[in-house]
Order: sequence, then structure tokens, then C-alpha cells
Amino acid sequence: MAMTGDWMREKVLPVLTVVAAIFALWYAAAIWMNSSWTLAQAERAGKTLTFTEIVKDTMSQSRPKLPVPHQIAAEIWKSTVKMKLTSKRSLIFHGWITLRATLAGFALGTAIGILMAIAIVYSRTMELSLMPWAVISQTIPIVALAPMIVVVLPKIGIEGRLIPKAIISAYLCYFPVLVGMVKGLRAPHREQLDLMKTYNASGLQSFLKLRLPSSVPYLFTSLKIGIAAALVGAIVGELPTGAVRGLGARILIGDQFGNPMQIWAALTCAAILAGVLIMIVGLLQRITLKRMGMAE
Amino acid sequence: MEKPLQNEQGQGADCPKETVIRARDLDLVFQTNDGPVHALKDITLDIDRGDFVSFIGPSGCGKTTFLRVIAALEEPTGGEITVNDLTPDEARRLRAYGYVFQAAGLYPWRTIAGNVKLPLEIIGFTREEQEERVKKVLELVDLEGFERKYPWQLSGGMQQRASIARALAFDAEILLMDEPFGALDEIVRDHLNEQLLKLWARTNKTICFVTHSIPEAVYLSTHIVVMSPRPGRIHEVIQNPLPRERPLEIRDTPEFLEVAHRVREGLKAGHGYDG
Repeated sequence: MAMTGDWMREKVLPVLTVVAAIFALWYAAAIWMNSSWTLAQAERAGKTLTFTEIVKDTMSQSRPKLPVPHQIAAEIWKSTVKMKLTSKRSLIFHGWITLRATLAGFALGTAIGILMAIAIVYSRTMELSLMPWAVISQTIPIVALAPMIVVVLPKIGIEGRLIPKAIISAYLCYFPVLVGMVKGLRAPHREQLDLMKTYNASGLQSFLKLRLPSSVPYLFTSLKIGIAAALVGAIVGELPTGAVRGLGARILIGDQFGNPMQIWAALTCAAILAGVLIMIVGLLQRITLKRMGMAE
Repeated sequence: MEKPLQNEQGQGADCPKETVIRARDLDLVFQTNDGPVHALKDITLDIDRGDFVSFIGPSGCGKTTFLRVIAALEEPTGGEITVNDLTPDEARRLRAYGYVFQAAGLYPWRTIAGNVKLPLEIIGFTREEQEERVKKVLELVDLEGFERKYPWQLSGGMQQRASIARALAFDAEILLMDEPFGALDEIVRDHLNEQLLKLWARTNKTICFVTHSIPEAVYLSTHIVVMSPRPGRIHEVIQNPLPRERPLEIRDTPEFLEVAHRVREGLKAGHGYDG
């Protein structure tokens, strides 16, 4: 029991304190930002409000400048649990649309990143010719590129929104994988490579038995960044392309119709989704490294 | 070329000499950014089957480089060298030697048995034969029972023993060891030296052993090659008169101290203490 007590004191309490502070700041900011509208309304009606009334009103506006956490939570509750899954307003439905594109883009981006890393590690020419383009590709704003991808793909016979979004998502996610894998495949030091040479190992054997296993810890670190980037890519892919489904579309529509609650609910869902995805990759990392004997 | 086979029958000192490694006027110049570095100069040396040859000298004397030339990890720029009457690279392709590096270099993602199996998998032994050989060599280095442990679960000395087992697993007749015990403390080192001598007696391998330690060289070897730096060359080859049977206590005998003294004098004369 002493252990649990310590754990509470040392781990949980500080974290809760920080979270509580953030929420307190959030509420304070909301009161401050929303109160001008409250006061303007009251003035127009010729009423004077007490401080409690002002605070109450800032937290119950339907279109606040900054919604407070419990309003967002209520909005999420309303559009997930209380909503039918097939409904066009269900966040679970929209989340699934975005998640699908994210996973497809993540798979594509990871494959491209790994293949490019192998090419770069094994060929000096590839390193010189591919690496600068890879770096440049990340300096182009994805928002500028996304509409072009969406316009071009149907012209070459690819229909639907999933694939364009997956490509945009892969475009953001391949880069961390590429960088991590290049580092990982180069992780074996000279003695380890020499050892393979003393066994007269083939290139493929050195790759499979030395370089690839060496790169696994690096790969997982990159995958954590990659999956988050893939989600951002999928959402961005929904923003400027006139999509009506997906979390990005909800954010856009919420913005166009002046519905901040909807924006914040979709935003929060995206954040939760990202957190869950990173946690899953982290779990896979723990399991894999443990099975490889590289974690205690 | 006969395939290196297990050599169980002991080849005593009275067997006819058979030169395994033959170097003639070997030169190696590295081109570096600071200009050429003469790593090896005029190295002429014969190493016979069953010899235990130590290379001793200060840093930069080329002892590790020479070992790497034997292993075909480094290309000489002049002179000749043969391993089993072949070029070093041909010998490497036939897996004529096992190489033990200064760091144990075990793969952290493989168990001890898995690490020993690595060369066997690459060479292509059957699964049963792999198991059999792993068992045999782990016994040879006193690591039975640790098959399923991971390297981080073992001490430094045990890791180095596992790396020796790995080098022994495919029955190469030559064992090249580059300061294998350099990073270990003296007590562990004494123990491993004793074990290495026993292992050498049992397997009758030809061993080339790079070291910084005079007592280690004298205790282990049949021949001590004293090298001197800049350019790396052989100053003197000392025949060790000590008997093959060597308990640790032999290091307190006058004979041992006499050989150690000769090595020290050789190093001094070769400017080994200047570096």
C-alpha cells in the first residue's frame, strides 16, 4: 500500500496538478474572451449583470469565441454516443473516414520510407539523388499540394476520396520513417560489419541478420512520429478539397457555418485519435522489443 | 582445398611443421587526409599449425592491422601473404579463420545460443547440426546453461567467452583474436587466459593473439612477436621456452620472469615505450 501511496504522490498528483492548471487557465480565458459578447447583449437589453451571471453566461453560449471543456465534452457526447453510427453528424462515422485514410496513408508512407531508406543506404547515387528531393518535399506546404493531388488523380482514373487522402497522408508520413530507417540501417558499426565479412556473408544475409534487426528500435521511434503525421495529412487532405466526410470536413464545415462547438469537438476527437494511435504503436514497440530481447 | 575439419587428434610439437600463415616483406600504407601512414613495413613471418602467436607492441605498431590483413579485412600494398597457401581473401571465403574482436559484439536481439548460431546459419548448417555445435562450443567455453540468456544478462567476461564460442562454432582452424580480453579486469582476464590455454590444447587451433599485456603474451604463447611503431614492423620474434602445460602459478617462476624480461627489453629496444 505504501507503494501505491508513493506512486500517487510522485506520479499521479503532479500530472493532475498540471492538468487542473491547464483547465483553470482555459476556463479563465473563456470567461475573459466570451464576456464581451455577454456584456454587449446585456447592454442592448438595458440590464446589468452580476459577476456570477456573467460567468454563467460565458459558459453557456451556443457560439462562444472559446468553448469551455465541459461544453466540448457535451458536444462530443451528443455526436458520438447519442448519435446513430450511420448519421452524417456522428463523429464516430467521420472519425472512421479519417482513420481509414490515415491507416492507408501510414501503410503506404511507411513502405515508401523503408524502401527509400534501403536504396539510400545501399547506393551512394541514390543517396545523392533522392535525399535532397526528400528534404525539399517536406518544405512544400501540404495545403498547397493537396488540391492538386485531388484534382490530378481522377484524371488518371483513380476515383473516390480515400486514395487521394491516403497519398497526401503518406506524403507527410514517409519522411520521418525514411530518416529513422537510414539511421537505423546504418547503426551497425564497423566491427559488426567486419564480422559478417569474416563469415563471408552475402549482402542479403548481412541485411537480414544485421542491418534490419539493428534498425528496429529506430523504426518504431519513427513510426510514432509517422502515424501522427499521417493523421495530420488525412485531415489536411479533407480541408481544401471540398470533402463532406471526415474530421477535417467537420472542422471546415463548422468554420463555414460559424459553429465553434463543432470545430472544437472534431479537433478534440482528432487529438484523442492521434493519442490512441501513438499509444498503439508504442505498445507494438514494447512488445516487439521485448520479444527481440532488447527491452528488460 | 580441403574443408577445415574438426581437429581432435592432438598435433604435438614433434609433428612435421606446416606453415599456415606465411608473410613476406609485407607492406601496408594507408592514404589518410594527413598524408600516407606506413602501418606495416617489411613484415616477414611464418606461423605454423598449432602455434600460439602473440603480437605485442605499443599503439600504432600495426599489430591489429596485421591481424586484419590475415583476415582479408585490409589489403596490403606490397609484399606477399598466404593463408593455408591461399590468398587471405580466398581463405576468408572458405571460412578458414574465426575472428574475435576486442568488443564481444554479440547481437543484443539474439540469445547466447542464437549468437553462436549466427555463423552457422550464414554458412548453412542444418538445424540439428547447429544445435549440436552450439551445445559443443558453449561447453568448451564453460557457458552451458546460458543458451537462452540475452547478452545483457551476462557479465563482460561471459560475453567475451560467448564471442569466442561463436568464432569456434564452424571449426575454422585459425583463431584470430584482437585484444579479446583488453576491456576486462585482471581477475577475469587471468581466468579467461587459463581457459583459453585449455581450449587451445583441446582443439589444437592456430591462434594469433594481439595484446598489450606482457604477462598475458608470455603466459599464452609459443611465440611472441614484438613489434615497434612508425612504421609498424617486427622488432623481434621470441620463442617461448615454457612448457605447453602452464598452470597460472607458472607466472611466479624465474623462467617466466626471464621471458617477460626479454619481451620488455625488446619493446624498449624497439622504442616501444616512446609512444
